[in-house]
Amino acid sequence: MALLAIENVTRRFGDFTAVDGVSLAIDAGEFFTLLGPSGCGKTTLLRMIAGFLLPDAGRILLNGEDLADRPPEARPVRTVFQSYALFPHMTVEGNVAFPLQMAKTPAAQIPAKIEAALEDVRLTGFGKRYPHELSGGQKQRVAIARALVTHPTVLLLDEPLAALDAKLREDMQLELINLQKEVGITFVYVTHDQTEALALSHRIAVMNKGKVEQSGEPSKIYGFPTTRFVADFIGHCNLLSGPVATNGNGIVTVDVAGLGPVRVAAETALPTGRSATIALRPEKVRIGAAAPADSPDNHFRGTVSDLLYMGDVTVYKVDTPGGQKIEALLANSASGRTKFFEVGDAVEMSWPVAAGHFIPE
Amino acid sequence: MARPTKRWGKWLVGGPPLVYLLVFFAAPTLIMVLASFRTPGDFGGLAPLVDSAGKLDLNLDSYARFFTESVYAEIFLKSVGYALLTTLFCLTLAYPLAVLIARAGKQYRNLLLLLVILPFWSNFLIRIYAWMIILGPQAALARGVNGVLAAFGHEPVPLLFSSFAVLVCLVYVHLPFMVLPLYANLEKHDQSLLDAAQDLGANRWQRFWRITFPLSLPGVYAGAALVFIPALGIFAIPDILGGPDDSLIGNVIKQQFLETRDWPFGSVLSIVLTVAALVLAALAAWVGRRNLVTPSSVEASRA
Amino acid sequence: MRRRPLGLWLAAAAGYAFLYIPLVIVVVYSFNDSRLNAEWVGFTLGWYDKLFHDDDMLVAAGNSLAIGLVASAVSTVLGTMAGVALYRHPMRLLSGLVLAPIAIPEILMGVSLLIFFVLLNFTLGLVSVALAHITFCIGFVAIVVRARLAGMDEDLIEAARDCGATPWKAFRHITLPLIMPGVIAGALMAFTLSIDDFVITFFTAGAGTVTLPLQIYSMIKIAVTPEVNAVSTLLMLLTLALIIIASRLSPSLFQTDRE
Repeated sequence: MALLAIENVTRRFGDFTAVDGVSLAIDAGEFFTLLGPSGCGKTTLLRMIAGFLLPDAGRILLNGEDLADRPPEARPVRTVFQSYALFPHMTVEGNVAFPLQMAKTPAAQIPAKIEAALEDVRLTGFGKRYPHELSGGQKQRVAIARALVTHPTVLLLDEPLAALDAKLREDMQLELINLQKEVGITFVYVTHDQTEALALSHRIAVMNKGKVEQSGEPSKIYGFPTTRFVADFIGHCNLLSGPVATNGNGIVTVDVAGLGPVRVAAETALPTGRSATIALRPEKVRIGAAAPADSPDNHFRGTVSDLLYMGDVTVYKVDTPGGQKIEALLANSASGRTKFFEVGDAVEMSWPVAAGHFIPE
Repeated sequence: MARPTKRWGKWLVGGPPLVYLLVFFAAPTLIMVLASFRTPGDFGGLAPLVDSAGKLDLNLDSYARFFTESVYAEIFLKSVGYALLTTLFCLTLAYPLAVLIARAGKQYRNLLLLLVILPFWSNFLIRIYAWMIILGPQAALARGVNGVLAAFGHEPVPLLFSSFAVLVCLVYVHLPFMVLPLYANLEKHDQSLLDAAQDLGANRWQRFWRITFPLSLPGVYAGAALVFIPALGIFAIPDILGGPDDSLIGNVIKQQFLETRDWPFGSVLSIVLTVAALVLAALAAWVGRRNLVTPSSVEASRA
Repeated sequence: MRRRPLGLWLAAAAGYAFLYIPLVIVVVYSFNDSRLNAEWVGFTLGWYDKLFHDDDMLVAAGNSLAIGLVASAVSTVLGTMAGVALYRHPMRLLSGLVLAPIAIPEILMGVSLLIFFVLLNFTLGLVSVALAHITFCIGFVAIVVRARLAGMDEDLIEAARDCGATPWKAFRHITLPLIMPGVIAGALMAFTLSIDDFVITFFTAGAGTVTLPLQIYSMIKIAVTPEVNAVSTLLMLLTLALIIIASRLSPSLFQTDRE
């Protein structure tokens, strides 16, 4: 049985439906991420789990028990706020002690528990400091320590790393992964940053306009997106759309507008003539100057129109005669030069039939 | 699906002050409205609500008196006139002050503001008394002015116990109320707007009239409301500094309640004053809201 | 730093002079060895001496102090509750009732309370004055407290509840300590307003009760002596001290519109 079950939960604000019939099952010990753009409902869902909002329809169950009757202070769920929300008039110790005091922990036990919590987030010795004396990253850790000190069943994190600069964010991401493994508590994490989601999570639920588009392991989400939105939102993706031309023997041909017939390995019941999309990740596109030998792979000619040098890789945007643009990603490590091609070069692109992913949309 | 605790908590916190104000503010006001329809008592005050015949004794006599005896309407209009003049003078004096404070360096602003507000916190009567001293017949100012007048063969003019004294003190007492909202508004002005105007060829005066002043109008209206409404109901200033002709509506109300003791009529006058105050407050709020989308502010916000 | 026109400086300086010279004159003449507030004769502390031996004045001062303390205490409690209520659950009715006493001319409250007390056969005296003062002080405290709450981070309350605090505990441990400077500033303001009030006190004090402002009033009307200057100076000093403390506690107190 899932630890945290969200059953058909809906929440409206006036005319606006923020969360629309969402169902999710989150297992114990998981690092589960709600990923989506602003306004997709992920924070609203998080606040409903925390108890600050009540669903208009549906149920949220923790260990089988409906949480609806329990106000936030009575739920074994803790939140790490995006703004940290540290109490400015208390020291770090005071902040971390607060939930223990609210839970009526005997005073004698409190110092040890605070010590342990601060150790977990590697802030030993910071006990007497005040929040205004701490850096962003340190405040973040105090917020986490305070949330973990009573060993909640679920920890909710609302875009906790959004305010940190890039380098610090990467460090904190690693720390979060390790922390979660150590304490073994279920994390429900909210973010709009898909690289963060892919890096941290056991499973991701991609949300859009109040609904879950797809949920599953990061590699599945990345490699096998089931909707256009997910394909587009996660990483970079070529979306080649058009009507289905042929369908049989495990291969579907889509007549992509502005490009031509593209073959993809797929089993689908979609009849010919219906619209479909092939999601093709740029790193799966091979670029060569010469045409490859006769092969079942898709291959097209084009001209390099733009390139983006990114240090370790370069993204090439290639114009095809039909008008469709294709993005390809090449690592720069192989050759001695910084990039393989220049703007204006005529190139041949190819990718295997299995490289694309068929989306019946 | 709101939890009952939340709503219950709202009444627990807001309840006591609400009850207190209903009892000691709303109820007295309603009683006063009712009193305006009653008959004066034989020895002053109010006659019993239910008369000896057992009937409810309510009438419009006092209202009729207000509308037929023109002297009261005249006094009311005089009060409006004084309040208007006070507002205008306050605006003229307050504006440079507010501009200076708004343009001052951050570290001085609080101090300058505090200096404007401190006189407000001194006792009301002291501020009136101070002008009694300054305008007193033996004091330097009066002697100087009358000395000059005498040189031209003019009769000595009493500065004290005159309309002049009343007006000066009205302005004096209400000045801080005009400075604060003006300052609050001016502080938010974007200096780059003025720079742009200067760049486009506007001189200092033009910059003020075409840019600063229009943008400051919400502050002007707020300040005007904060000055006009209290000034309308003032009685202590004419009472202490005014001559026999300088009675304002506030004085008449005081007289009706404490001397003549015609309470119904006093209530009528008070209600007229209240209605005027409420209408003006609503007007100020409405104009203030409307003014946020005048052309100048729209251009300013797009800039 | 921009060059500011000389005209602006002069006009502003004139404004400040206009505000302060009258008060300075009152203070200066309180030390003047002359019955007339006309010209300087010599330095004396005689008027202050007379002040402290003036029984009427001392009684009035005692009354003002007593009323001030009571009115301040009660209006601070009620005003804080009102401020919190207005911030969390804006209610039109409460908002109007709290702010109206401040917006309308004082005389209206004075006369309506006079009718009210008389009709209830409630003797006019210290208690009626205190009740009247509380009515208009609530609004000031509420405004200060609400402003202080608005400046507080909303997330903190949620964080407290998330940490297991009931709404009451969240208020007690988090909100109250954080708004306390505002509450104290409001209390000081209420005290000052009560001590200084004239108009409402005039109507609700009845025949036998005198407060400091009422005493000053009768002295001004009947027999002006520099004793008035002396008591005025002392009152100003007291107010000055209280307001400076209040502004330290709640620096935003004087920077926004009153309404």
